[in-house]
Order: sequence, then structure tokens, then C-alpha cells
Amino acid sequence: MTATADPTTLEIGKARTRKEDARLITGRTKYTDSITPHGTLHLSVVRSPLAHATITGIDKSAAEAAPGVIGVYTAADLGVEAVGLPCAWPITPDQKAPQRPLLASKTVHFAGEGVAVVVARTVAEARDAADLVEIDYDPLEPVLDMEAAIAPGATLVHPELETNESATWVFDAGAAGTGGSVDEAIAAAEADPDSIVLKRRFIQQRLIPAFMEPRSAVCDPSGEQITLWAATQVPHILRTMTTVTLGVPESKLRVIAPDVGGGFGGKIGVLPEEMLTVVLAQKLGKPIKWTETRSESLLAAHHGRDQIQDITITAKKDGTVTGLDVHLLADMGAYLGLVGPGVPILGAFMFNAIYKFPAYKFTCTNVFTTKTLTDAYRGAGRPEATFAVERIMDELAVELGRDPMELRQQNWIKHEEFPFTTVVGLTYDTGNYEQATDQAMEMFDYAGLRREQEERRKNNDPVQLGIGISTFTEMCGLAPSRVLGSLAYGAGGWEAASIRMLATGKVEVITGASAHGQGHETAFSQIVADQLGVPFEDVEILHGDTQISPKGLDTYGSRSLAVGGIAIVKAAEKVIAKAKKLAAHLLEASEDDIEFSGGNFTVRGTDKGKAIQELAFAAFMAHDYPEDMEPSLDSDAVYDPENFSYPHGTHLAAIEIDTETGHVNLRKYVCVDDIGNVVNPLIVEGQVHGGLAQGIAQALFEEANYDDQGTLVNGTFVDYTLPSAADLPSFDTATVPNPAAATSNPLGVKGVGEAGTIASTPAIVNGVIDALRHLGVTNVEMPCTSQRVWRAIQDAKGNATQETPIDTHSPGAGLGSIDPNNPQGETE
Amino acid sequence: MAQVRVTVDGVNYADDVEPRTLLVHYLREQLGKTGTLVGCDTSNCGACTVHLNGQSVKSCSVLAVQADGAEVTTIEGVARDGKLHPVQEAFNEFHALQCGYCTPGMIMQAIDLLGDNPDPDEHEVREGIEGNLCRCTGYQNIVRAVQGAAQAMKPGATADRGAPAPVAGGGN
Amino acid sequence: MIPSKFDYVKPASVADAITALQQGGDDAKILAGGQSLIPVLRLRLAAPSVIIDLGGIAELRGIREDGDHIVIGAMTPYHDIIRDDLVKQHVALLAQATATVADNQVRHRGTLGGSLAHADPAGDLGAVALALEAELVIAGASGSRTVTAKDFFVDYFTTALGEGEILTEIRFPKYTGWGSHYEKFNRTAQAWSMCAVAVAVKVDGGTISEARVGLTNMGTTPIRAAGVEAALVGQSASADAIRAAAEHATEGTAAPSDADAAADYREHLAKVLTGRAVLAAAG
Repeated sequence: MTATADPTTLEIGKARTRKEDARLITGRTKYTDSITPHGTLHLSVVRSPLAHATITGIDKSAAEAAPGVIGVYTAADLGVEAVGLPCAWPITPDQKAPQRPLLASKTVHFAGEGVAVVVARTVAEARDAADLVEIDYDPLEPVLDMEAAIAPGATLVHPELETNESATWVFDAGAAGTGGSVDEAIAAAEADPDSIVLKRRFIQQRLIPAFMEPRSAVCDPSGEQITLWAATQVPHILRTMTTVTLGVPESKLRVIAPDVGGGFGGKIGVLPEEMLTVVLAQKLGKPIKWTETRSESLLAAHHGRDQIQDITITAKKDGTVTGLDVHLLADMGAYLGLVGPGVPILGAFMFNAIYKFPAYKFTCTNVFTTKTLTDAYRGAGRPEATFAVERIMDELAVELGRDPMELRQQNWIKHEEFPFTTVVGLTYDTGNYEQATDQAMEMFDYAGLRREQEERRKNNDPVQLGIGISTFTEMCGLAPSRVLGSLAYGAGGWEAASIRMLATGKVEVITGASAHGQGHETAFSQIVADQLGVPFEDVEILHGDTQISPKGLDTYGSRSLAVGGIAIVKAAEKVIAKAKKLAAHLLEASEDDIEFSGGNFTVRGTDKGKAIQELAFAAFMAHDYPEDMEPSLDSDAVYDPENFSYPHGTHLAAIEIDTETGHVNLRKYVCVDDIGNVVNPLIVEGQVHGGLAQGIAQALFEEANYDDQGTLVNGTFVDYTLPSAADLPSFDTATVPNPAAATSNPLGVKGVGEAGTIASTPAIVNGVIDALRHLGVTNVEMPCTSQRVWRAIQDAKGNATQETPIDTHSPGAGLGSIDPNNPQGETE
Repeated sequence: MAQVRVTVDGVNYADDVEPRTLLVHYLREQLGKTGTLVGCDTSNCGACTVHLNGQSVKSCSVLAVQADGAEVTTIEGVARDGKLHPVQEAFNEFHALQCGYCTPGMIMQAIDLLGDNPDPDEHEVREGIEGNLCRCTGYQNIVRAVQGAAQAMKPGATADRGAPAPVAGGGN
Repeated sequence: MIPSKFDYVKPASVADAITALQQGGDDAKILAGGQSLIPVLRLRLAAPSVIIDLGGIAELRGIREDGDHIVIGAMTPYHDIIRDDLVKQHVALLAQATATVADNQVRHRGTLGGSLAHADPAGDLGAVALALEAELVIAGASGSRTVTAKDFFVDYFTTALGEGEILTEIRFPKYTGWGSHYEKFNRTAQAWSMCAVAVAVKVDGGTISEARVGLTNMGTTPIRAAGVEAALVGQSASADAIRAAAEHATEGTAAPSDADAAADYREHLAKVLTGRAVLAAAG
């Protein structure tokens, strides 16, 4: 595809190939670890191998004497013992929040927590010396199981808090007045022979975001502003939080997120290592660089999910749902992350999903354990909610002997019922679940696959077929600032944009949304090209550097287009208004008579006009302009959304299970999404593909496993098994031809970054269980590995089997199986 | 210190390195070839893939001294005379990348694969790049891009792209 | 991550390598293809003081025919083995199993000798060498000796290689005209074998006249499934007979337990996969 501007067609909707690719496919990239100012010194962190222990002694002498070592520092040496990393989300007024230190001083609270740092001339020397720092520990009891952690007499992660419970957050629709009381609904259903009450427990296993670029930070203290390059999703938040954490005036800080190699929520945070590079750069007067290794990343970068979900659903026997009660335990790990406590709370508004539950209650208790802290991971709260409701809708269908799709259809909000205010008080502006579902069912050949499933069951085929359904919605475009305020979140949800009309007619657009793979430069250029009527190629998108883009709230929560993109539209509208005024002046016409179309300002009913480029030049020359305006078309806007947007879709999975080995094969995956208007179908498709892969990986492949001492046992890519190309099929994806455009923003867009991840996990697991249901299997925990599936079949047959050990190092199976604490074996 | 003489992207170098220096670190830190990236420490992710004497290797699992006397091609050396390699073009055309971190390794492995098998089916592509992890794309568009590049590299396929450009002898 | 410091030696002959190994003593480590060793060094799970790189010894590389044997130099990379016509014709099982090892890039560097000497019971090629009754030629200061694969594998990561000894070549008897199959089962395509089965069978007129079966990751070493072999010989190559024979697959195994597979599941897999592998080999 070649990029030629055609003013008669709109850019929005075009499958533009990406601008940003040019540097990424040629190696002309600038990821943080590739930035090395002259004189850079390197930081290596000495981490605790134990989950919970008292530090009884630190001997730095050998490390300090090692070649190339500038210094070895503990928190006390740096005077940062009182510094705590920020948590921006106190979900309740009495939330217990322990101080999260830059380096542990007295006690370590998870394996991987930093205790000391080494600064040396090279990375290798820093690592060599780090191995020479001797730390003595007095082990304490690890706290690993959430239910045990909140039982009386439990070992406390932070004894000063007197509990392992950080907070309990409740949303009760009855009390809030947005719906009925679920307690009453359950009591009524229990008393009614024509109703049923169904309880299920689902486990959201612990996951690791595993962005491909390890985290990295470089701090150069030599300028008037201290410059911090960081592999972060949130350069603006990082700048503000660095000020909050270290007291460096915000005006003395410049944060740059250069090319960033993926985030998925895993790079929303303020890291101890980032703060340490700033502290040490100031102390030593030299640039300091820290780049984690992959094994450090898996161990110490924040994890995601990790919830126990107790779900109760009530329904009439005719299938009408009457109530939903949700009890969660959410593992925070050892400390609270930047937004970690709020992650399960984001799910509170999504458990009711697309269904008309009249009564609803959500209760979540956040629990401390001696594990790596958890925080946002793609979807953040919404995948957990969608999983639980989509799983229990299947369970209800089985219980009532109904087709699972038909049962969903009976209970979902019909397209003619929008706008619809849900039981949690959110107003879904638009949606058409029928349209997406009909299209998906047809692409999938639902009826044909059901027939095949019947055949295979009848023939007792060793390969059984299951069909998994997920009809999901999500809330995108985080977020209306007032809503965030009501949830006590420590920031707003607006986004900022600026447009600079250059003298030669080219356009610079500054956005506060900070891309790390999403394709902002391309999609935003398309929007601006349409708004201003300029060629796509003439638009340059600038982002990710607080000197260039001083104001922003960054990229997460599918907000870049639905919030950041609208801010750009608002800025463009201001440019047009200014240009119109200037055009009227130059054309000696009334402003009311100026029409704007395709980049041209014309006087109605004449052929007189000025192109926007001419007006930009005229403003630059400033020889002739109205007295009541400044000679500039440049404009800024800050957009605060009034509502979330609510993409939805129907996802269907055909799962084959080899009942002899338990192997799960994803044979076919169809999804039809309604994400509102589409700016760039190529980018949308890519987002969906990648999202699906991550959601499927939760269902089938990934889990962070800890042993009974609190050691992460699969801490390398050898055994934290990300799927490769050979483990996944091609997906059949589509967006609906007539989307229910969002009414909450002028582009009618909703957001797509998390959709695939949110929707796919329950589709897969529902499919796995559907394949085995006739054998008596009622549940398989995630990830649905071959072993778990085989065991579920054996259990259903009444065959006793061993427990699945999740925490054992095999002596074989390659280097990942070699216990880092007990290396063994010859290698060649 | 040991000496390493190596040709990288057509330029000859002679350097002293510590024997423990990995080829990828030599490329990045001593030669400034930062287009080649490091994504793991167990040779799983493939982000560091380069060609060593015409074969794809993970440059994190080769010592720089082992490359003594060899010819290395990195992502920075596959475009010729200002013209992108057909695999690079296909990655753009088929939207086979998002954050771009796996991309240099993915492209280098794809070029190797097409050297071995000029017309791979979907299964062969998926197997052929199984040593390269991507967290963004779900691989689907990467597979399309590799197959698309295969078509573009067929002799006489597209006049405007010019002759296919196997790099440093392809993969065989 | 970066390995700990070491000295590096690149001998040009086997004799020089043995001398270097003797000089290096306990702390010396041989570098073959490096595809297991270098990651282990990077994780600092091992920190040898001397690395002896066999990459400069031309005589250790290559594949030749020697009467009724195919002889493969220890430093021959997987990539060459997979594509070699002699191997494909006479030791097809080795070619097929080698093609399942790791990924393309690793197969360009990794070597047969390195893999066997590493002796990870989850490695794929030990079971093949064992099943096919390969002989391993070992060079030391006092000359060269040959051990059978059965005697070569001693324990986890432990072989019959003594101090100052180097594996130089692997001799496979020809299995020309035999059917063979390597059935591998893993969690993801990149992952090591949870369990795998290497099979070669000779089928005469629908009857299995000879059988060789080796198991991957079912004990501290690769395991020869002698019980299965005995049960197969003389049987018709039918699905029922093969499945019955496969029930013997766990005899003599000591299946490990880990997160991917506890022992009972591994044992079950061994039987199922053995049946499938024999069926495919005989088919």
C-alpha cells in the first residue's frame, strides 16, 4: 500500500500501514537499554532469594573491592529508608498500605525484593560485584495462601498492620439504589421451587505480563532538568510520582518514554529501580542505567490476576437471571502497587456484563501475601469479571438443560433497549449483541459443530469436541474524572492534546497518550488528516517526552483513542475555529459565511477560498490578521470523557481434546466485535489477534507457580511458557458491518486494546469443559494443561490420581528446571 | 581478553573482548548495532537472532569469540542500497509488528526460513519461527507476512520489488 | 545477564583439547554447540574457570558411512544431521527426532555430541541413541575407547565420560528399511519433552520382527523399554497388539514429577505415546 493523499476520501476507516514501522523493521529503534550517555554507570540489584526473612547482616566489603565498582549501597547508605513508593488508589478510607521501600532494610517481604545495589563501570562488573554482596537472613514463615492469610492467627506479612487484609470494598446495588438486594434475591430463590441458586468457585491464576522488552531506566543528572528515560507506559505519571516520592521538583524532571517494547499493564508503575537511578545519578553526578534481565523481570516486575472468585447466581427455572453475588479474594502480593488495589474494583462494574441482573452485590477483600506484588495486566479487573460471569452462565445453562447461547440471549440487553442503565448504575449508550452474535454463529457454523460434537460423543471418539462461548462487554476509555474521584483514585481520567500548525503547512500533533506498540502515530495521523483536511503524510505525532508533551495521563485501559483521540479532535476543532476567523478576515467575508471542507475555507456561494496551509503561513507571517485574535492557529485541548465506552462481541471457540493424553487443541476461533467506528481496520485486527493470544494463554499455557517456601519456580522463559507461533492457530476475526457507534464521543469510537484478552479466556475454558461435560467433568482450572485435563477425566471416572504438583523442580527438563538455589548437574 | 575479527553487515572489525562477552552484547555495546535486542536470558525469545555465516542463530547464546572469522548480518544490514528486504516490506504491509521488540529477530529468522523453504505453508511458517516469541501480534500477521514475502521473493513475482535478496547466503 | 569470568581456549585438535582439559582440571568446561551451556552460564548456574571450545576441531564435524555404521562427529550440528542423506536413509529416527529439538536457531548451533554429553534426561537424542544401540567413541590421554549408549548414560547429567575425556563420535548401526517414529509430547512447542518415545521397528509381512524403543524423560537417564520390545517381537503390527505391548512401557522407569507432569501422568503418557509411536513406525 502506498501512501498518497486523496482529499476526497476520508482517512478514518482506511487500512493504513503503520508509520512507526519504518524504524522498527530496520533496527533504527531507541529502546531505553539502547541509550547510553557518555560516562554511564551501571546498576545491579542484589535481590532476596527468600520470600520472608529478617535481614541480620550485610557484608559489602568484597563487592566494594571488586574491579570497576563505584559503590555498593543499602537504603541506609542512600538515606532513603523513609522513602515509600506511591500507591495512587486508596480504595477505602481505612485501606492498609504498608510502606513499599526502594530497598528492604530490616525485613524482606517477597523473593526478588531488592536489598542492596551495586554501581559499576560496566554491566558485567556490576553483576559480578552483586554476587559478592553477602546478606544474612533469618527466615520467617512465608504467607502464600490467601484464605489462610486472613484466618485468625495467620503469620502477618506486615505485623505493624495487625492484619493481612488490606481492604474490603463493597458495592451493593440494593444499598446504592441502582438495583435490588442480592441477599433478598437469594432468599427468594431458595424459597421458590421455580428458581435455582447456583454457587461456583473460580480461580484466576497468577500471571506475568511478560512484555518482550525488559524494563529499563537511564537517568542523566547533568542538565538543568534531570532526564529519566524509562521503559514505561506512563511517563507523565512517572514524572509526577517521582516528585511525590523523591521530592525532586517536577519542573526539574524530564521523563522520556522512547520506543517501549510492550507493556500490557506491566509497565504502569513507579519502580524502585527507577527511583534508585534518580537517587544515584544525583548522588554520583553521572548517568546511571538499570536494565533488568528476563529472570529478574519475571521475578520482580508486577504480576497480574490472582483472585479467588466465589460466585452465586440465582435464576428462575425458565432461565431468567434474578441475582448475582460476587465474593473475591484478591492477592496484592507483599505491597500495594501504583493502582493494584483498584484492579479488582474495576471488575466490580463488569460482572453483570451484558445481562439484565436485577440484583447484584460485589465484595472484594484485598490480601497481602509474601509474593511479588500484583497490579494491572491487560484488561485489569474486567477479564476476571467476564470470566466469572461467562463461566457461570454456562453452568446455569447446564443446570437448566438449556443451550448456553440461547440462555444468554434470553438475558442480555436487547438492541432496542439501549441506552440501558445497568444494575451497577452505568449507562451503556449503545450495543447490538444480536448482530454480533448472529454473524459469529454463522462464521463459526455453530449448528454444524454441535452436530459433530454429538457424533463424537455417540462414537466415543478419543478426540472430543467442545464449543466455548463468550459474549462479552467491557468498559473502555478510562475514564470520566468524576467517576474516578468517586472511587478515590489518585488522578483524573482526562487526556491532553496540542496541534501546532507549522509555517509550511505541516502539522505537529502532541498527545499525552504514550504508545508502546499500539500504533498511535498512524491512527492519530488519520484522525488529524480528516479533521484538518491535510495529507496523512503531513502529520507528525509527538509523544512520550515530557518536554515535548508536558501534559498527559498516558496509555492504559483502552483509553488512547476514546480519550486521547478525542482530545486531538477537540484541539483540531479549535484550530479550525481560529483558521475560520483568519480566513474570513483575509477573504473579507463574514465568519458566518465561511465553510470548511477538505482543508479549504471558502466563502459560501463563491469560488473564493484559502487552504488551511495558506492560513497557517498567513498566521506565521502575521502581516494581516484580525485585531481580536493572536497570530497563531495552534491549539490545546484537554478532554475529560463523560462516560465510558462499551465495546462488546461474541467469541466462539471449537476445542478438541485428546482424551487419552488430555491435550487441548484450539481448532477454530471466531470472534465478531462491535468496537464502534473503526479508525484503522489493520490496527484493530492486530489488537484483536494479540489480545486473543494473551487471553488464550491464560486459559491454556501460563501460570506463575510458587513453592511452599514462596519461591517462584518458573522464573525463566523455559518454564513460564508463553505460546509461540506453533502453539496457536489463525483466528477468524471480524467487526460488525454496522457498528453501534458510541454516542459518548464525536468519533463514535469505543476502544479495542483489551477486548480480545477479556473475551477469549472464558470462551476457551467453556469449550474445554463442554468437550468433557458428558464424561462428568464439571471444572478444569486454568491453565487447562494436558495434565489437568487428564486428571479431570480420571476424577470424573472415579479413578484416583496423584495431586498435580505445581511447585516441583524436575531434575531433568532443561536448564529452567535447575533450581537456582540449588544448581546441579553437568552441562555441556 | 581475546581477539575477535568479524565482518558485521559488510564492515570488518577487529576487537579485544572478554571471553565471556556474548555476541549480542559485542554487537550492541562495542559496535553500536543496537537494532539487535535482548529479550531473555535462556535463548527462548529469539529477539537477538542474527545470521552467523548465513545461518540464523541466537546471538545471546554465542560468545563473541566464537564468531571470530565469521560473517554476521544483523537487522541493520538486510536492506540493500536503501531498499528494504522483501521480508521487511511484508512486515509493514501485513502489520506483522506492534511494539517492534521481537521484530528484528523475527525478520532475521523469517529470512533464514525462506532461504530453506521458499514457499512454506502456514504450519511450516509457524514451526519455522517457533524460536521467536512475540507478545503483541498473536503471530497471525507475522505468518501472513512471511508467506507474503515468499510470494514477493519468487523469481519474477513483482517487477517493482526487484530481485529477491537472500542475505549472506540465506539459511542453507 | 552475563556469565562469570572465564578463560577461553580453542584447541585445533582433539589431542590439544584433551591437554587443555587436563590442565583445566575440575573447573574446565567443554563448549560444544553451547545452546545449553551458554544459557546456564548466563544464569550463573555454573561458573567454570576455563571454557574449552571444540568449535575449531574440524575432525569432530561430519557424517560418514563406515561399513554397516553411520558415524557422526560429536560436533556435527543438528541442522546438518536433519538434512543428511545418509542419516535420512539409514538412521531416519535420528533425523526425525533431531528435527524436534528446540528451534531452528538452536539447531544451527547445537550438536549431537553436546546433547548426549549434557545427558539431560529430558533431552530428545539420548533415547534415540539408546534405542538404536549407538556406540560412543571417547578420546582421552591414553587413547580412545568405545562405550555403548547403555553404558554411557549413568545418571542425571552424568555420563561415562571420565576426567580429561572428550566424546568424539557417535556410531549408529544402520537401520535401513526399518520403520521409525519419534513421538514427542510437550507443553508448548518450545518446551522440553514431558515424555517422548523413540521407536524403530522391522516389519516383515505384517509381523514385527525386531523392535527398538527408547523413552525420554522417564527416569534419571534415557530408558530402553525392553519390555515393550519383547512384547512386540513376533506380534502382528495391528493396533490392538501394539497397544497391548505398549502397556509394558513403564517397566523399569522412574518417572519424575514436576509441574508439567506428576509421575502417574507421565507413566500414563509413556504408554499412550509408545502405542502411537510404534503404530506410526510400523505403519
